[in-house]
Amino acid sequence: MRNSVKILILKIITHCAALLPAVLMYYFAILDQLGSDPVEEIIHFTGISALNLLLITLLISPVAKYFKQGWLLNVRRLLGLYAFFYACLHMLSFLFFELQFDFSLFIDEIIERPYITVGMCAYAIITMLAFTSWGKIRKVLGKKWQTLHNYNYLLVTLVCIHFYWSVKSEIIEPSLYFVMLFILLYQRKDKFRRWFNK
Amino acid sequence: MLIKSKKSSEFLESQVTDETIYQSRRKVLKQLGFVGASALLAGNSLPGKAWAESNSTFKTSALNFKKSEYTNVPDKLTPEQKVISHNNFYEFGAKKDQPAELAQHFKVDPWQLKITGEVDKPFTLDYDELFSSFTIEERIYRLRCVEAWSMVIPWLGFRLADVIKKAQPNSKAKYVAFKTLHDPKQMPGQSNRYLGGGIQYPYIEGLRIDEAMNDLTLLSVGLYGKTLPPQNGAPIRLVTPWKYGFKSIKSIIEIKLVEKMPKTTWNKLAPNEYGFYANVNPDVDHPRWSQASERRITSGGLFARNRIETQMFNGYGEEVADLYKGMNLGKYY
Repeated sequence: MRNSVKILILKIITHCAALLPAVLMYYFAILDQLGSDPVEEIIHFTGISALNLLLITLLISPVAKYFKQGWLLNVRRLLGLYAFFYACLHMLSFLFFELQFDFSLFIDEIIERPYITVGMCAYAIITMLAFTSWGKIRKVLGKKWQTLHNYNYLLVTLVCIHFYWSVKSEIIEPSLYFVMLFILLYQRKDKFRRWFNK
Repeated sequence: MLIKSKKSSEFLESQVTDETIYQSRRKVLKQLGFVGASALLAGNSLPGKAWAESNSTFKTSALNFKKSEYTNVPDKLTPEQKVISHNNFYEFGAKKDQPAELAQHFKVDPWQLKITGEVDKPFTLDYDELFSSFTIEERIYRLRCVEAWSMVIPWLGFRLADVIKKAQPNSKAKYVAFKTLHDPKQMPGQSNRYLGGGIQYPYIEGLRIDEAMNDLTLLSVGLYGKTLPPQNGAPIRLVTPWKYGFKSIKSIIEIKLVEKMPKTTWNKLAPNEYGFYANVNPDVDHPRWSQASERRITSGGLFARNRIETQMFNGYGEEVADLYKGMNLGKYY
């Protein structure tokens, strides 16, 4: 199969796999058919989905390299944008459904709760990456673009910290995410070494 | 003549909504086949969370009870379905829907509740005696969780004070210590760190003796007219409505009158986050979330406008504020 066809198919699958759960979850949440506390459910679901998508974007280049399937890199941006999409849903659901439009409380929470501060930093980074992901901007930025998009590593780390910090005592799930993050970053150890040896 | 004045902790008529609305919505959805279709798509994890309704195998039974002045509280009750499917009971899993799922085979009969310690007449209540030794009354209380959500629940139970008086505490009895059943075979969270959230078992709690003797302090054996389901702490649990929910220890096997302040589970785990007193206080934030307001869990989905201001002592100041006169509640949180 030609690579362009493979890319197209994978993109279609990505759209369906990313959009359908979000639509279903909100649909059931609005109807109050999503457990006893649909607000908590939605916030957790969108947050975890954003993190999962970020980890998948980090997984793509090692997989592409190992299996010599360079075409896979073409879906990385799409996955990253869906991570941004879920991050927006996560943040907006917190503001609209948890805090119910109490903007002053929203600002207070960002300032006073370290785990929310970390989350908002991550959100600022992913927003920056999403808005500079457009091909034309990439050309304009040239070499700087790569430097900017290396912030992805910081972003995913912050999201893992945000998750870990937000739980009460059930730390096993967030810990597993740290393990996955470590494995994915370890694949790039040479790259990091080069940065620091400059 | 009985003059009944309205307590400030009572609810306004305007706050009341109807459980039937919730139930009728579910009915319509079912008729449309949505619930079935969604369960098919998403297995047990998604909207299959209408779980407790179809899959609960634990048998509760109707209780005889007396109406009390707390019965006619005109507040919108949290739908029974939500009260019995949204639980923090880490012995059966740290996720809110796990206790309803994993506690169905919990054995509550035979049961033994010991009242012991600094008392002249220690005694034990077996399962039937839990329901026959004291007059059971209905009390509608607000329940405020430290995680900033709340419910309104019609509990059935009796005063802890009556139980303590029967045991005749001596002069050394300054505090009351409570203990939950420890049975890892039946309570998977106690043997599996992943399910149990890594807290230390058995769960223990405590009250100062004057808090325990307060008229509001209830030992509950039921809700919504029936015996408690296991996810809500069957067969007997504590209810202290002016304190955060984690004080309300579930499935109690021992009540011990003691001289020194007893250790408590969440305080041991994170003393900077969970104090011994755990009084609902909008002015003292939990390090990770504001306590100034809360979300009332009622019927209604994502768009339910149910964020309300949290009241000092959860609105029960009239009954309990005297207990803390002169105490710095920022320090003794």
